[in-house]
Amino acid sequence: MTQAEGTFNRLANPTRFMGLASTILPWLTCLTALLLLTGLYLAFFVAPEDYQQGHTVKIMFIHVPFAWLAMMGYSVITIASIGSLIWRHPMADVAAKTAAPIGACFTLLALVTGSLWGKPMWGTYWVWDARLTSVLLLFFLYLGLMALWQAIEEPSRAGRAAAILAIVGSVNIPIIKFSVDWWNTLHQPASVAKLDGPSIHSSILTPLLIMAAAFTCLFFVMHLMAMRTEVLRRRVQALQLTHVDAAGVTQGARA
Amino acid sequence: MSVFPDLGDHAGFIWMAYGVSALVLAGLIGWIRIDARRQMTLLDDLEARGIRRRSSRAKSKGASKAR
Repeated sequence: MTQAEGTFNRLANPTRFMGLASTILPWLTCLTALLLLTGLYLAFFVAPEDYQQGHTVKIMFIHVPFAWLAMMGYSVITIASIGSLIWRHPMADVAAKTAAPIGACFTLLALVTGSLWGKPMWGTYWVWDARLTSVLLLFFLYLGLMALWQAIEEPSRAGRAAAILAIVGSVNIPIIKFSVDWWNTLHQPASVAKLDGPSIHSSILTPLLIMAAAFTCLFFVMHLMAMRTEVLRRRVQALQLTHVDAAGVTQGARA
Repeated sequence: MSVFPDLGDHAGFIWMAYGVSALVLAGLIGWIRIDARRQMTLLDDLEARGIRRRSSRAKSKGASKAR
């Protein structure tokens, strides 16, 4: 067994995960707050106006990280779903389930902030171009996953069904990423993650990257908190079932 | 001088984007925290009624033996 596999297996133990999450969470929360405050200060008081967008570029400091995290959230679900289906990893199931509402919120915010940027810049809140439509589809995929988890009562069955849907839906991620290259879209092509380097000036790129780091930390803070709660929920359900079974046996013995 | 920077003609769109984001994220954090508290209360309630996990029972037995 490699060292990485060993670490992976140790984390599969929910009790060990709970301990580790309790240690990491306070530090990660402080880091999130620090990055967010720095990012907001740079965005509002240091970053200059864009020569084309003017002050509206400030929306980009949140829109771009939200869009990245919308895709990252779904990638986390896909990886966790593979872990859940192949290795029956209990924490993978928990990770996949709890990432869905967080990813859905970031996708919704990417759509809303994009619309609020689009109205003054494009003259419209919405166009059915490939990038916007594929992100809307991503939002519906998140809602579908959440509905599936709610619809099936037994966690292991719900996990398997949701994992299959998540893996099938992951085909949408490269479509979102490359939609601006494959089709003629109103949405502009990539300007940060490019082979020949970012095409944004450092005075705007720095606050953007700091805000992206802040929201990424926030994503993991919320994900760890939600995973911890999900472990507790499963413990509560298991205890309630044990109690009901024990009560049934006692009643049966009395009869 | 205002604490808020002058954001030009499109200030309404910018404040709206940041406001909606703050509201949605605060709502999500609040929902996660309330859910966590509810599960903790349920677990504490079950344990107070003597319904415990096997590992907790083993630990408490070990502790009482050690005493």
